[in-house]
Amino acid sequence: MSAANRRPVSRSGGERSLDTSHGTVLYLEGLSVSFDGFKAINDLSLYINDGELRCVIGPNGAGKTTLMDIVTGKTRPDEGEAWFGQTLDLLRLDEAAIANAGIGRKFQQPTVFTELTVAENLELAMAGNRNVLSVLRAKLSGEQRDLIASTLERIGLVALRDMNASTLSHGQKQWLEIGMLLMQQPRLLLVDEPATGMTHQEMAQTGELLCSLAGDHSVVVVEHDMDFVRSLDSPVTVLHQGSVLAEGSLDAIQSDPLVRSVYLGE
Amino acid sequence: MNRYLSAVLADRMGVVLLTVLLVSAVWVPIASLVLPASHPLHMGSYSVALWGKYLCFGLLALSLDMVWGKLGILSLGHGVFFGLGGYVMGMYLMRQVGDRGVYGDPILPDFMVFLNWDELPWYWFGFDHAWIAFPLILIVPGLLAYVFGALAFRSRVTGVYLSIITQAMTYAVMLAFFRNELGFGGNNGLTGFFDILGYDLREDVTRAALFSATALSLAGCYVLCRCLFATRLGLLCTAVRDAESRVRFLGYRTDRVKLSVFVLSAAIAGLAGALYVPQVGIINPGEFSPLNSIEIVIWVALGGRGTLWGAVVGAVVVNVAKTQFTGWLPEGWLFMLGGLFVLTTLYLPRGLAMLVPKRVSGS
Ligand SMILES: Nc1ncnc2c1ncn2[C@@H]1O[C@H](COP(=O)(O)OP(=O)(O)OP(=O)(O)O)[C@@H](O)[C@H]1O
Ligand SMILES: [Mg+2]
Repeated sequence: MSAANRRPVSRSGGERSLDTSHGTVLYLEGLSVSFDGFKAINDLSLYINDGELRCVIGPNGAGKTTLMDIVTGKTRPDEGEAWFGQTLDLLRLDEAAIANAGIGRKFQQPTVFTELTVAENLELAMAGNRNVLSVLRAKLSGEQRDLIASTLERIGLVALRDMNASTLSHGQKQWLEIGMLLMQQPRLLLVDEPATGMTHQEMAQTGELLCSLAGDHSVVVVEHDMDFVRSLDSPVTVLHQGSVLAEGSLDAIQSDPLVRSVYLGE
Repeated sequence: MNRYLSAVLADRMGVVLLTVLLVSAVWVPIASLVLPASHPLHMGSYSVALWGKYLCFGLLALSLDMVWGKLGILSLGHGVFFGLGGYVMGMYLMRQVGDRGVYGDPILPDFMVFLNWDELPWYWFGFDHAWIAFPLILIVPGLLAYVFGALAFRSRVTGVYLSIITQAMTYAVMLAFFRNELGFGGNNGLTGFFDILGYDLREDVTRAALFSATALSLAGCYVLCRCLFATRLGLLCTAVRDAESRVRFLGYRTDRVKLSVFVLSAAIAGLAGALYVPQVGIINPGEFSPLNSIEIVIWVALGGRGTLWGAVVGAVVVNVAKTQFTGWLPEGWLFMLGGLFVLTTLYLPRGLAMLVPKRVSGS
């Protein structure tokens, strides 16, 4: 399960050269993971199209977060395959290499660097050369400052730019982590429960932001809040006990008797 | 350049420390060489060497704070790097002895003659040249840190496990250095030095110069650290310390970040050891004792980890207290140290640095 002994990063990352000629950005096939005999992911297959916005829903413990763990290299599956584009085998890369290849992630429990300021959090996340010497010599160019400023505006944290991230509320941390995700300029964004701790208005803004990203980026959103999912107006995949139970529009899903029985509790 | 300068200036306690170091680098030679012995401010060569020793410990504490306070790596074996730097210097000083040893052998140090060795082991070659030996002061500890760190950080050993293996490392090195066959003087270590770079170690001038060199090295390394942590790499270190696994998902190889700073820290610890040896006149395997490494941790904890200046202050304060205390109750020191440690952990969890208001320290 450990990612420790995987291949180290290819430094420049494969982002530019990602081959999506078949229109699919992420292939997950026949994935299974078990923790101490408990199958958290069970023969799961899922395909995400280039530029698509996809919602993944499912009851607690369905395996949504574990799915993201597999894609980002945190957890290694017992079986199955995971490909980024046509050519990048995600199971052979470590977390850093996967991130550099263009997959960014927002965690369910927002994790930002609490002893750094909001702006510094964004600076660290900013796309760029990640090797130690380049980081040592890195200096913000005017352009990069503008990028940080515009991202701060986008996530509504302009006034807090020089505050320690530890002082942020839960919702603000969510925003900051989304901002970090934007700074990374990933090709594929995995967003785990972004709306938790947000007001309705903030939720609407988040929804708008995610929708605006689709097209240039592929976005996978895990969410429990049905109103939020509805606002995204995107195809929905239902996970249940580690496998895909149903796929389709939210309306179709909600009227599916199978989904109603296992998920909506009817 | 500007951002480095402002980082150094923003750390006001650091500025105070640097000022004290620079002033003492000038003052101590004056007090020891120019002022007559009858003058109340005159410093004897004993106290010059003593303060030089304290500053070596300050430098060692700084090197530990770089990795512990700034990067979250609690090394319980930092004494190994200090000791190795000390041994490199000791080997150089040993070769300077020449035929003035007890046995009068022009090449072989006394302990080798005593062991009936008839030629210098290959790894002693070149140590008679300062230009070969001095770079090794940084390279040898750095190399050990590199090998150790590459293995440990790559395989993601962290926390208590990492601390334990650093301790095991210094213990293993100590056992090895105790063996006569290794060729570093066994349990007696290296001693009986005469001169450094041609200057007699017993002369007041040499001692004063060594003190100043130590004060300037400490000041230089302090500024180096401040500047290092003012870069984006410094931000990254904080991030790694607080949430290492999260950093990986941003695409950074955290093991390499840790390795780079760890190696630099080891080199600084080696420098501290090398400055220490000519001032105390001896290096032996006791320096590798796990207890020594734990003491370094206590200095940093007492002074205030993560502040850099606090580590230096902690090292000096604890060692001044040690000298005083062992004067009148030699057996009691370890209890005293342990008690101090417990008290600070309870009442000053962030060390002496806590006593300085943020307004004043500027950080
Ligand atoms: N590292 C782990 N060790 C053991 N069990 C785990 C581990 N990670 C996840 N699990 C288990 O796997 C199952 C799936 O967990 P996962 O976090 O993927 O669910 P989820 O769909 O994200 O749920 P939620 O909606 O509550 O976030 C759960 O039963 C969880 O307890
Ligand atoms: Mg989850």
